[in-house]
Amino acid sequence: MSRLSRVLGAAALAASLTAPFSLPSAAFAQEAGAPAAKQYIPLATYRVGAYASSGTPVWGGTIDYLRYLNEVEGGINGVKLTWEECETEWAVEKGVECYERLKGGRDGSPVPLFLPHGDPITKALTEKSAADKIPLLTTGYGRTEAIDGRVFPYSFTVLFSFWSEASSAINYIAEQVGGKDKLKGLKIATVYHDSPYGKETQVPLDLLAKTYGFENIQIAVPHPGNDQSAQWARIRQIKPDWVFLRGWGVMTPVAIKTAAKTGFPVDHIIGGIWSGSEEDVRPAGSVGKGYLAITPFPAGAEFGILKKIKAAIVDQGKSDLKDLKSFGSVYYNSGVIETIIAVEAIRTAQARFGKRPLTGEETQWGLEHLVLDEARLKELGADGLVQPLRLSIKDHEGGGAGKVLQWDGAKWNIVSKGWVKSDRELLLPVIYERAAAYAREKGITPRSEDTAEASAK
Amino acid sequence: MPPALAAALAPVRRPVLPALPVRAAGLALLLAVAFVAIPLTATDYWYNAILIPFLIMALAGLGLNLTMGYAGQASLGTGAFMAVGAYATYNLLLRLPELPLPVSLAGGGLIAGAVGLVVGLPSLRIKGFYLIAPTLAAQFLIEWVFNQVGWFSNYASSSAISAPRLVFLGYDLSSPAGRYALTLTSVSVVMVLAWRLVGSQTGRNWRAVRDGETAAAVIGVPVARAKLSAFFVGAAVSGVAGALWAFAYLGTVDARSFDLDRSFQAMFIIIIGGLSSLSGSFIGAAFIVLTPILLTHLSNALLGGSLDGGQISNLQRILFGALIIGFLIKEPNGLAALLGRLRHPAR
Repeated sequence: MSRLSRVLGAAALAASLTAPFSLPSAAFAQEAGAPAAKQYIPLATYRVGAYASSGTPVWGGTIDYLRYLNEVEGGINGVKLTWEECETEWAVEKGVECYERLKGGRDGSPVPLFLPHGDPITKALTEKSAADKIPLLTTGYGRTEAIDGRVFPYSFTVLFSFWSEASSAINYIAEQVGGKDKLKGLKIATVYHDSPYGKETQVPLDLLAKTYGFENIQIAVPHPGNDQSAQWARIRQIKPDWVFLRGWGVMTPVAIKTAAKTGFPVDHIIGGIWSGSEEDVRPAGSVGKGYLAITPFPAGAEFGILKKIKAAIVDQGKSDLKDLKSFGSVYYNSGVIETIIAVEAIRTAQARFGKRPLTGEETQWGLEHLVLDEARLKELGADGLVQPLRLSIKDHEGGGAGKVLQWDGAKWNIVSKGWVKSDRELLLPVIYERAAAYAREKGITPRSEDTAEASAK
Repeated sequence: MPPALAAALAPVRRPVLPALPVRAAGLALLLAVAFVAIPLTATDYWYNAILIPFLIMALAGLGLNLTMGYAGQASLGTGAFMAVGAYATYNLLLRLPELPLPVSLAGGGLIAGAVGLVVGLPSLRIKGFYLIAPTLAAQFLIEWVFNQVGWFSNYASSSAISAPRLVFLGYDLSSPAGRYALTLTSVSVVMVLAWRLVGSQTGRNWRAVRDGETAAAVIGVPVARAKLSAFFVGAAVSGVAGALWAFAYLGTVDARSFDLDRSFQAMFIIIIGGLSSLSGSFIGAAFIVLTPILLTHLSNALLGGSLDGGQISNLQRILFGALIIGFLIKEPNGLAALLGRLRHPAR
């Protein structure tokens, strides 16, 4: 090859390599045109990588509900929805790349909110999203301190924080033993994934143990948790009354199997949010029968909205699910629940700002004024599926309750009487203290309710 | 030493470099683009998703390249050194707020270097492939320590550290452009230092130890000092990279960001880019960090809508793997050597 053709070849290669990068800017150029009628919602997904099996049913629920809204209800107040997936593989760099790529919106529609789907991604986006004024909506995960919206205006740890999860689990145990005064003297062991996520419940459990007088035993399982014989041998020695299992991935089925092997009663193990799906118990086989889990995402296909989705989408062959067995599973329902919250926040904001595609700043107002009471949930067909929520500037969680499910060997059944509430009045002061410490460290001046209202105008 | 590693650590046949003025002009052009042209044109996406992670991983690769490429001391501890740099810088910024940002950054690097020195001690007795074992142990131990000891993260509820305000001489550096400027300046300064070091007696000692430890000892090269200094400098550079990763790129990180995968990533960067080549770290980082993003854009443009998201992502991974294998077959000495051949086909 002559030198010239080499140079030409290299130039052609370089041009073809850089071309795709200029595409997004071309797409943004349309922003100046007339406002589009469609509301764009970016979806950060993980359909490949280590957690793909838990992620795939979530997007099934999300996309099926969005399709249902478009096809049956004509969008949100007539504003149709459009969405785009971006693969994160649950990895933080890819998540940041996705966020930066999609945050400019599409076809003239701004981004109303972002669902990061991943604890490290959420942390990395906390400040970036505040600078860009795009709310981060995290359900069942995310920063606990972000409940304080005065310090974290654009982070929404909606539904059920890890602190509420711990408190609700303790309250369920109290229900079982006959009242909170009976907790005194009980031994409650927490078997946790040894990671920032797993340690997240240590502080609230400490506080609850001091308040109610139970013995708080913490047992760490190193990632990934393929072998837990040492941990369960210790449990055999300590003989706790209950075990609270905060696992992730393969750790949960291994824990259930090892518990059964060491003779610990499986029906006295309460799994946390990420230890409470079909994917967590099925691999454990028959010994998983009787296992409990606390979750803000109750399983089941009998909720009103799920019946509607089934009739309009799933039965028409329009579902995003490849494996229809996942319909009504914990993860599928979590996708539906998360999307209901996002859509209702947009609807709330539309009532104030107009029926058009909304910006992140407008949706943030909608989220902070979101009210999903029993009546509204009934209208949506989501009563029993979504807990009543009332968000405010001082409370980005809103609910803080979970339902307890029990595995019968084939499916989950709801065994708690309604939603098991957490002791939020006990936890919130500590959460506010932590948020204030974060604000001091970062030099943030917390908003007051008045300044927030003023800036919304 | 196993033959595979011996081949990997063998001296790279460097292409003869062009005359100095040409190189200087090329370098000046590169710096002009990086410092002037990019800030004039780049968007948030370019800063946050492409340029900043590319520069930081290039720096991490550079750190490992000094230890492994130049001095021949194989290490899987890059992630741990990055973690030390990040947590040390965080604590300096938090506990000694009167220190200016560059001093804290350099301090974090020096502390990481000191840790690297300790991790490098076994290299005095263990050689080649087996040296990976103690560095691997350090990788796991250090990640575990940061996860367990609350003091390092100022008792944050999830052991995550978050950048305090990035301010230097009154300028707020927390905007994407500011963080890019911080990263680029740090990378340039470290690069100049590394370039001077590699050309100095220390650099020659490193290469002597790499190419023949016994021979080096016989002609009077201080072998132990060379090895330990290589670990110190490499870890310090990786430490600065870790601090930038935490504060200039992500903002909030926990120790998981610096797990074994990060160490492997740095190692792949220098193997693909070119061992004992300063520019190889940058070329390798460009390949490892940017190719997946490029493939995403390409596949969205070409296949968008026709395949589902999961299949597209899996296709990208297959293609990425095939590209790595292809390049390594074409040029086992790395992309730096391949580019050198392209420029000078006759030699």
